[in-house]
Amino acid sequence: MAEEAISDMKQLLSGNEAIALGAYHAGVVVAAAYPGTPSTEILQSIARMDGVYAEWSTNEKVALEVAMGAAYGGVRAMATMKHVGLNVAADPFFAVSTTGTIGGLVVVSCDDPGEHSSQGEQDNRHLAKFAKVPMLEPTDSQEAYDLMEWAFTISEEFDTPVLLRATTRISHCKTVVEANKERKAELKQAAFTRCPTKYVMVPSNARPRRQAMEERIVKLRSYVEDFPMNEIITGDRKLGVISSGVAYQYAREVFKDASHLKLVTTYPIPVNLVRRFAQEVERVIVIEELDPYLEEEVRGLGIEVTGKDFIPIIGELNLEIVEQGAIKAGLLSEKPKPPLKSEVAPPQLPPRRPQLCAGCPHVAAEYVLRKLGFHAPDAKERQLKKDELVVTSDIGCYTLGVYPPLAALDTCACMGASIGQALGLEKAGVPNRTVAVIGDSTFMHSGITGLVDVVYNQGNTTVIILDNGTTAMTGHQGHPGTGISATGTKTQAVVLEKLAEGIGVKDVNVVDAFDMDALESTIKRCVANDEPSVIIVRGPCPLYVKPSGTPFEVDPDECAGCFDCLDLGCPAISVADDIARIDASVCVGTACGICAQICPHEAISEIKQ
Amino acid sequence: MNDVNVLMVGVGGHGVILASDGMSEIGMNNGYDVKKSDSLGMAQRGGSVVSHVRWGKHVFAPMIKKGEVDFLLGFEQLEAARWASYLKPDGVAIVADVVVIPISAMDGKIPYPSWDECKVVLSQYIDQIYLIPATRIAREVGNPRAVNMAMLGFLSAFLELEPEAWTDTMRRRLPPRFVESSVEAFLKGAAEAKEMITTKGVER
Ligand SMILES: Cc1ncc(C[n+]2csc(CCOP(=O)(O)OP(=O)(O)O)c2C)c(N)n1
Ligand code: SF4
Repeated sequence: MAEEAISDMKQLLSGNEAIALGAYHAGVVVAAAYPGTPSTEILQSIARMDGVYAEWSTNEKVALEVAMGAAYGGVRAMATMKHVGLNVAADPFFAVSTTGTIGGLVVVSCDDPGEHSSQGEQDNRHLAKFAKVPMLEPTDSQEAYDLMEWAFTISEEFDTPVLLRATTRISHCKTVVEANKERKAELKQAAFTRCPTKYVMVPSNARPRRQAMEERIVKLRSYVEDFPMNEIITGDRKLGVISSGVAYQYAREVFKDASHLKLVTTYPIPVNLVRRFAQEVERVIVIEELDPYLEEEVRGLGIEVTGKDFIPIIGELNLEIVEQGAIKAGLLSEKPKPPLKSEVAPPQLPPRRPQLCAGCPHVAAEYVLRKLGFHAPDAKERQLKKDELVVTSDIGCYTLGVYPPLAALDTCACMGASIGQALGLEKAGVPNRTVAVIGDSTFMHSGITGLVDVVYNQGNTTVIILDNGTTAMTGHQGHPGTGISATGTKTQAVVLEKLAEGIGVKDVNVVDAFDMDALESTIKRCVANDEPSVIIVRGPCPLYVKPSGTPFEVDPDECAGCFDCLDLGCPAISVADDIARIDASVCVGTACGICAQICPHEAISEIKQ
Repeated sequence: MNDVNVLMVGVGGHGVILASDGMSEIGMNNGYDVKKSDSLGMAQRGGSVVSHVRWGKHVFAPMIKKGEVDFLLGFEQLEAARWASYLKPDGVAIVADVVVIPISAMDGKIPYPSWDECKVVLSQYIDQIYLIPATRIAREVGNPRAVNMAMLGFLSAFLELEPEAWTDTMRRRLPPRFVESSVEAFLKGAAEAKEMITTKGVER
């Protein structure tokens, strides 16, 4: 197959592609994931490879449990996720650290320093140490590829899951890779060996396993001392720089002449190697993204070290930030900035914020929520009026509805939280009615249990499930509601309305995402209803299913210039010569049609040929 | 073998990533170490796209330092202006005649800048600024998506690799039905560069 044909050539691979190819050559048999930036492409790549079972799991916890089960069955397995995904999967992560596995088990966590596409920033290196799971960190795609074999080997040799931690700039940067391995022809046969003392964690079995975990870490500490990818680069001995991950690349470029210690095994760290390096140099610094994780490890050895006093703890690093830090620390001298070449004052540039697409099925529902639930036109902090709605929300494309002109959302915290938040607001006695807005993929991920809670505890929240038939935010992956598997085959679809009914919701509604009147009347009725209700707003994402609609146009004689249509925030609608204008190359027209429904002057209609 | 740092900026759907992937691969095929890094600010949903491409003997960081960009390829005029400060003083801006107005400029409070205004921003940092007729070239070759190839062609005139080094990889890697129009757009871009560079009297 294609992967093998090109396997020994030099190729440019992203870190994620390299992780996938490395896992494939290492003989991974089962791979499970829930999408999340910057990790998504790992499973997408693996799903294209023969001989690997790849699935989009319902959420990260399930993904890790599936991989855990496969590794219990003796084969190599992996689960991949974004940093916050490991929070969701923390329970099985700790659990499998306790039991260990027979087959190799690798968990890949892709952290997102700087929150390019995340609801929060966190340093998952702590989770490796916390769960007592060995951790490897590549500094480029070549190492990402090479480390997969190592990760599986360590996992099997030490009876432990292994955490491979990447970050956005490892996962998404392309660097040159020589893939020098091939997938083994003969892989281990799957077989489960019955062993309750290992796999059944009742306290009497768990206590000895706890012992085994500590013994394992002791063994790993000596193992990592000789790990071949940790590397000392001897330069000027005045300065010794310790780094890992992409920060190593910045460190090498900024501190060109210094001595460097690159750490690939970052839990546990090779203590003697670090000591030896520290003895060889006059001053030790650590360059690392996010928390002072390595710095504290090194300081814990009694070595005098600095880092976070001149390198920021928040956000992503880059060459400029590291250089500025080095100047602040007196390690580099300041270079004068070249003067501006012109004195002419530059104009202010308008920002380019992401927005919901033209034809997006989320717009109409959010527009109606805004109209029914929000009095003030701005998003300032203030107490609600009695008849306003609290609209708790979740994570997905629809969260973009927090921006004006829609500005229709009150919360967004973590996957699935909208429903529990709505119930909590209600039970606290907040007088306003609550509406929870959640996407179909997010509902599957962790909204179901929230809805069960609402029914069981007799809340009266209205849950709006925005069902665009895909996980759009992360690039249109399948989920249980779509009936399409990770490899593109048809599977059993989980039907949202039946699921809601099965949970015990009596007031379940399915509404066309582009029918403004139906949306408004249904939301009004459900909100007034004193029992839990679910409104499934159904309409395809036009980036996923190409819409076939005739575009709309504005009749210049009818348009009164009221610009009510601009309240939709549709990227196809702009203002030209004091009337609205529709860009026919962007408009999906009859496949959407919501602007025509709200235009009070009936100025918008299909383009007439 | 000179180090080359190219920053490609634009909006989703204009072939920025294809261009930076292509340029990276061409560099690798011709003996450079290569790294490239994409930031997709939710590109599909109207956000901006930024791609760093680095060729060199040995490249460490996957992103170019601010003030070290040799060539800024602006696939959209406003984005080119936005990233001007990344250029080094003898850097070059190559900007396509493409305008995509963001929703934030719709209400007119911060209007979309004219090309002259974009040039004011760029002129703070560099002298060599080229607005190239990339959409015209794409139209001429009958492939509206070939704007990015015209841009690469223009850039190639400044770099040490021969045109064949570029077109060989293009022929091998592009879908067959796009090869001819892409190569043509590339060569037209390169020819355009030769003409504009001489008429402006800028030294290579
Ligand atoms: C724990 C966790 N896992 C994954 C993600 C990444 N992520 C953000 S939104 C989302 C799902 C979006 O799908 P859906 O709810 O259907 O909304 P859509 O984008 O389709 O509108 C995912 C996977 C995340 N933010 N947090
Ligand atoms: S990708 Fe789909 S769901 Fe997301 S904003 Fe665009 S149309 Fe809406």
